[in-house]
Amino acid sequence: MTALLEVSGIEKSFGGIRALNGCTFTVEKGMIHGLIGPNGSGKTTLFNVLTGYENPDAGDIRLEGTVITGIGPGKVFRLGVGRTFQLTRVFTRLSVLDNMLIAAQHQHKWLRSALRSPGQGGERAKAMELLDFVGIARLAELEAGSLSYGQRKLLELAYLLMADPDVLLLDEPAGGVNPTLINQLADKIKELNAAGKTILVVEHNMEFVMGICDRITVMHQGRALLTDVPAAVRSDPRVLDAYLGGTEDELEDEGLQAGAAQAEGGSK
Amino acid sequence: MVTDFIRAVIDGVLSGSVYALMAAGLTLIFGVMEVINVAQGILVILGAYLSYVLSVHLGIDLFAGLIITIPVMFILGVGIQWGLMSRLGEREKVSMSILVTYAVAIILEGALDLIFGPSYQQLTAWYVNQSMHVLGFYLPYIYVFGFLLAVVLLGALYFILYRTEFGRSLRAAQQNRTAARLIGIDVNRVSAITFGIGVAVTAAGGMVFGATTSFNANSSADLISRLLTIIILGGMGSIGGAMGASVLMLVVEALVSTFWSPTWATLVFYAVLVVVLAVRPAGLFGQKAVRAQ
Amino acid sequence: MAILSAKAKPFSKGKAAVVVSAIAVIAVFPLIFTNPAVTEIAIFALMFMATSEAWNGFAGWSGYFSLGHAAFFGVGAYTFAIIANDYKLPAGSGLFLLMPVAGVVAMVAAVLVGLVALRTKRHTFVVITIGVFFIFQLLGYNLSITAGASGLQVPTPYNWNAATFNNPFYYAAAILLGFTVGLYWIIRRSAFGLQLLSIRDDEERAKGLGVPVWRVKLSAFVISAFPVGMAGALFAFLIGQIYPNTVFNPLFDLSWALMTLVGGIGTIAGPLLGGVVLESIQQYLNLYLSNADIYLIVYGVVFLAVMFWMPRGVVPTVGDALRRRRGARSASLVSAESGGAGTAPGAGSGASLAVVAQEGGK
Repeated sequence: MTALLEVSGIEKSFGGIRALNGCTFTVEKGMIHGLIGPNGSGKTTLFNVLTGYENPDAGDIRLEGTVITGIGPGKVFRLGVGRTFQLTRVFTRLSVLDNMLIAAQHQHKWLRSALRSPGQGGERAKAMELLDFVGIARLAELEAGSLSYGQRKLLELAYLLMADPDVLLLDEPAGGVNPTLINQLADKIKELNAAGKTILVVEHNMEFVMGICDRITVMHQGRALLTDVPAAVRSDPRVLDAYLGGTEDELEDEGLQAGAAQAEGGSK
Repeated sequence: MVTDFIRAVIDGVLSGSVYALMAAGLTLIFGVMEVINVAQGILVILGAYLSYVLSVHLGIDLFAGLIITIPVMFILGVGIQWGLMSRLGEREKVSMSILVTYAVAIILEGALDLIFGPSYQQLTAWYVNQSMHVLGFYLPYIYVFGFLLAVVLLGALYFILYRTEFGRSLRAAQQNRTAARLIGIDVNRVSAITFGIGVAVTAAGGMVFGATTSFNANSSADLISRLLTIIILGGMGSIGGAMGASVLMLVVEALVSTFWSPTWATLVFYAVLVVVLAVRPAGLFGQKAVRAQ
Repeated sequence: MAILSAKAKPFSKGKAAVVVSAIAVIAVFPLIFTNPAVTEIAIFALMFMATSEAWNGFAGWSGYFSLGHAAFFGVGAYTFAIIANDYKLPAGSGLFLLMPVAGVVAMVAAVLVGLVALRTKRHTFVVITIGVFFIFQLLGYNLSITAGASGLQVPTPYNWNAATFNNPFYYAAAILLGFTVGLYWIIRRSAFGLQLLSIRDDEERAKGLGVPVWRVKLSAFVISAFPVGMAGALFAFLIGQIYPNTVFNPLFDLSWALMTLVGGIGTIAGPLLGGVVLESIQQYLNLYLSNADIYLIVYGVVFLAVMFWMPRGVVPTVGDALRRRRGARSASLVSAESGGAGTAPGAGSGASLAVVAQEGGK
């Protein structure tokens, strides 16, 4: 197994609060890799750092050996790392199909892209195919703002696939999604994985995580506590401690949540 | 040379304090409601005209008249918030607030021009015409009194913000409206009162402005662009920043005016804005983000 | 399944009929209405339709509201006057060729402004554009090449026939309008236009998906200065005398914003509709209502009324109503034919809304 994504010694503070405190672990190629941990353990911040939305104070991230720290979210995406957001971020006033086409823009030289019409060269067909894959093709003409929460999550997943990324970072894909849709979602993730995509997923739904992941990393207080197969994680006493022993850090955790929420909502 | 320099600095600090008062109101409104009140300039002029009417037609002293004009402007501010701003949707709120208050501004400008005509007015009283002599400098009393008034009112504002229950609610709303609502703060009421306070300061600002400068309804355009420049430089929503930027900018303007040319002094005002923003997009005293949401 | 398309909708017959008849009306208008007072109103209406379209093409599509585009109008006007005077160009229709030159100079000014102003957040941007506008106005008052407050005289073609004097200006304005609408029609259908709209909805996310947001914003800003600068040149030529406060006029941006909002922000037709209606009324009031103050008050009140009662503007509101009616009709057609290739958007949304409702529950 080869290492695809190496996270080493990442540190990140907001004001006086340490969100990430020397976080280190490796995601191997072809895995469905789960990232779990109590609230405020730094999962979302790590995602922000991994995808270039935030710069770490220290440490670096390598994608197939190349350092991708601090190059900005657009470049990270171009290199093949796509992510979804916990609270979805679709373009609410554009149609579902246009949302798909936005994600295809980066493949073209700027001037040519300015002059061509969106959806040429099979992009439209590809977009429809992917919408069909996630099961919302019939909504292609609707304004994305009129979709339900679950449908937005599917759309966000679908538009990432337009760029055919090697790694998908999914931030709570099952959160707020109805149970029947969750099973479908699990199937889709497995299908994508079978098609060669590496997937890193943050999720609170333990059943979901244990069901689909090959490896799980447990985060606690801004560090990667351990990385192992689901069965081992389930029985490891340190994991239970991390979840139950959180009382002393509760204040800190709340601060972190606020920080993360701010970071996410910053541009709105 | 040195005397000129000190004189310019004193001028800048004294008039800067009055701008600080007007800008504090503007930035306070932005901080709590994310509303940029472009009508602040014409409201200052309205405040000046109110003082003018009271002193010329009723013979009430300019400072005593504030007892009437401050509450009047407060009520007007509450009215604008309640009647217009609170009815704005959340989408594109900042931009929409600018357009709405811009519309309010041109309505007021038209009305004031209609009532008072285009000729320039200046408020008069003994302290406007006489100067005091301190350490070799002649200072018109009105500048000194205006400065003291600004200090007192800014002090009162500080007291309201940091020493009262209402101030706590206001600061909570400033940090996070949703959270404030959740912990039982009546955000609509806080917003209305904040808008009232933000506008009420224009009564005092307008009076001092009208006593130190001749004005007509058109003076508002220049005034509002200065105030906006100040609150951007100070970091939108930061009262301390607005105060610092006011004094700094007026000192710079006075210096340019003394050592170069009054014509270009105003231009320097905006040039500083452009240069600062090119280097620091969040403003001179601005945090990375004064408000996250 | 048939691939539905959001953008490349076949130009519907109804739309084509509207466009063709609008062109016809614009073409023959001065031949029917020969009163110079009327044609002058028409020239202003065409000019403001074009400039509102350009304003909307930046502000409406990117979500960055500019209150400083009047600076580019003024730069265009002064460019025209200065070149015409310095080179002692003969007063004649050849001067219309200076319009694109003025447009290009306005674009250069927009590059300089954009490099600073577009680095900031949306609300700061609005305020900076106001500041930038005043810088330009102050320059107009204080530079020697603009002759300060005394303004510049522009060559007037006195040898033109008095009866049809306005016609060349009218057709120049019509061509400017045609060019501007065509430009934005193309942009709206290009990937560039889509990128611009994605910035309006969520700039950071667009960046994260590889949209070059900075370049898109700056280009859109600079492009929009071109028609505005040309309009400034046309204005200078038409009026014959320019002053800092008549071409760097703070009410211009408010007018463009109002026209755009009334018609429908973010649409192609909205600013045109708002422009033709409001500018005609404005010019009419200017002629017959000598009191500028009452005019200001009326303007402000109308503005407020529009923003609170029809915040989306006329075009989207009416468009939705029409689509709903048509949707209801074609839904029955589709089910009869059982072939969904050309499904009207209204019908599609009607059907899938039910799906949304079904799946929406958590």
